[in-house]
Amino acid sequence: MLGSGILKGLAETAKNFVGSYIDESGLTTIEYPDERQTLAENTRQFPFLVFDGDDAMKGLRCVSCQICEKECPPQCIFIVKSKDKKPDHVGKPQFYPATFDIDLSVCMSCQICVEVCPFEAIKMDTEFELSTSDRFGQLLLHKGQLAKPNSHFQEIHPTDAAVSDAALAADKAKAEAKAAADAKAKAEAGIPRPLASSPEAVTIPPALGPPNLPM
Amino acid sequence: MSLRNLVHSALCLAVSLVGLALIYLGLDAEFIGWIQILVYVGAVSILIVFAILLTRGTEAPAGRITFAPWSGLIIAGAVFATLAWTVIKSKALTEITGNPSLDVSFVVKNIGGKLVAEYVLPLQVMGLLLTAALIGAVIIALHERKGLK
Amino acid sequence: MEQIDQIFVHLKHGVVAFLPEGLQPLVSILISVTAIVLVFPLLFALTTVLERKGLGRIQNRPGPNRVGLPRLPTLFPWLPKLRLAGFGQFAADGIKSLTKEDIVPREADRVVHFLAPFVLLVPVLLAFSVLPVGRNMAALDLRETGLLFFFAAGAATELSVFMAGWSSHNKYSLLGAMRAIAQMISYEIPLILSSLTVVMMAGSLSLVTIVERQSGVNFGFLHGWHVFTPWGFAGFWLFLIAACAEANRTPFDLPEAESELVAGYFTEYSGFKFALFFLGEYLGLFAISGLGITLFLGGWLSPFTFLNWMPSWFWFFFKLFLMIAFFIWLRGTLPRLRLDQLMNFAWKFLLPMTLINLVVAALWHFTNSWNPALRWLLGAILLTFSYWILGRGFEAKFRPRTYRYAS
Repeated sequence: MLGSGILKGLAETAKNFVGSYIDESGLTTIEYPDERQTLAENTRQFPFLVFDGDDAMKGLRCVSCQICEKECPPQCIFIVKSKDKKPDHVGKPQFYPATFDIDLSVCMSCQICVEVCPFEAIKMDTEFELSTSDRFGQLLLHKGQLAKPNSHFQEIHPTDAAVSDAALAADKAKAEAKAAADAKAKAEAGIPRPLASSPEAVTIPPALGPPNLPM
Repeated sequence: MSLRNLVHSALCLAVSLVGLALIYLGLDAEFIGWIQILVYVGAVSILIVFAILLTRGTEAPAGRITFAPWSGLIIAGAVFATLAWTVIKSKALTEITGNPSLDVSFVVKNIGGKLVAEYVLPLQVMGLLLTAALIGAVIIALHERKGLK
Repeated sequence: MEQIDQIFVHLKHGVVAFLPEGLQPLVSILISVTAIVLVFPLLFALTTVLERKGLGRIQNRPGPNRVGLPRLPTLFPWLPKLRLAGFGQFAADGIKSLTKEDIVPREADRVVHFLAPFVLLVPVLLAFSVLPVGRNMAALDLRETGLLFFFAAGAATELSVFMAGWSSHNKYSLLGAMRAIAQMISYEIPLILSSLTVVMMAGSLSLVTIVERQSGVNFGFLHGWHVFTPWGFAGFWLFLIAACAEANRTPFDLPEAESELVAGYFTEYSGFKFALFFLGEYLGLFAISGLGITLFLGGWLSPFTFLNWMPSWFWFFFKLFLMIAFFIWLRGTLPRLRLDQLMNFAWKFLLPMTLINLVVAALWHFTNSWNPALRWLLGAILLTFSYWILGRGFEAKFRPRTYRYAS
């Protein structure tokens, strides 16, 4: 008979209505600022720059190669290369970014900068409460705001961080072994020269493949 | 017809119909007054407006609309004069004013009773006429559709 | 009890009595107007929150539960955070719509665009004046034409919808307005015809008299509401469906179908004018629910004679609350109709049903001397049979569709 479907529907909604008061667990929503959902491990929101050690500016892994700047689809990264150099994690002198800005309002969270970085220097953060009341000043994030310690990375993406740390450690071990071998060869050649005084003499280590990240 | 926009004219017509209803109400003819609003403002003016919408006549025409603006005034005056003449000459007026004891209350029951007892023939004829008009309109619409095919 | 029942009436008389003779009628009118203008918009504010909460619960989510009193730490450092279970929402919404920018499209017809919300709101408020919300509590008792006045006031809403839709100079507005007018005209006929049965049976157009006619007692405890007769029962549901369409409530909310027409005829309205439209729609719903209560559900009468001690205005507003809850429940349940379904339903189902209902009401009137059970049975059989016949055609037409290529 006409209308039986409507009655069925009304019964269903009435059941939902009453049921939601009897058993709160049926409610599908999470009351956000009070309750928080645990984020999935692969959550990504906005990139940050990884640094080692305690001093953010000293330990920044970025060598200002500008690959990410070129690859960024919406062109939201702006890098100015430094004039001088500082040693990186293996002790090799490298450029560092004098300016490293990312425009929050332009970034589309695609993670391409992370994929292309050969130095494990830029990673995705899970922080999503990024809104500000200052549209012109606060949306362009500078180097100081972007730099976060490696321990933060290990905390938010443990699996990725382990892979990244392993790659860096292997890199470092290789570099050390090579340095030792070079020193030994040089010692055998009878021309002892300290490594730091002549950086030009150091042979470039074999190019690292792109970090093998789990996708 | 001093307004260029057809829809504005239609809306003003609705306003003037409300004014007419207010005159009825002022004359203590409550039933007629509210019926006037219900039928004329609620239905007839909406119908006019709807017809304007469907015929795409909402764009205001450029240039002069009427060629003889005084002719409208003359026609309106003529219509008013005819109506006034009929009303003054009508028998009902003299009957009512000459006979204060006559029951002229516009009670809804009286109106209904008169309509289906005394004036049932005119009512039926009017109903028939409207039905005929309705069927005619449908037939015209049907022809148009056939033409499209 | 008598005192509580008539408390508002006495209050008004008390205030009026203080004033000089010449001012009394004017102040009396003003008090009634103020009461209407205060009570029903407040009810609207309450309803918006309750509706959102109710719909939320129907959809298994809590609904608005956060907005309470604003905490002003600089002014009142001692004030704790009060949430009031989300009932501060309407105040926040009101302030928001008041402070929002009022955007008028450049191509819009400014005068008509400005007038439309008022043409909607004022007649709706006028319609409340004939509703008896309690014993001796109708602002205006039109002995001859109460119901007619209600519908005449409602007639202006169509004009307002057209004005809003046309003046916005926007295709969505215009489409929404055309849909709305077509729908309102179609559903006004069953609405008026179903109320006409009551007028026939009560023998009066005055809403106060209609309520008084329902105060008879059946079986020693049940009041003789019209809904307890076969024609009244059918009439009530027909009225409810038509009222739903007239108030643009789901499932008849085609005029403002968000998913198709942005917001229908008030697409181009923003800020407070939008709020006025919103208010007007809800007040229209209250007015027509109030009319339904008055015509079929005994107005301010209590359902049982042993509950007569409760104040009459309580019963009216309690019934109004139930009606609104039912409309919210319907909104949470039913999807929107298609335009052709809407028109078919009005002209091929509702209209014949209301006409048959008129005949049944007349039969009820002329079988006054019969055994009540027999009378009841006759009416019920006639109505059920016609419902079944008319409904069958519909079911055949709107079977679940099979999609040949999709499935």
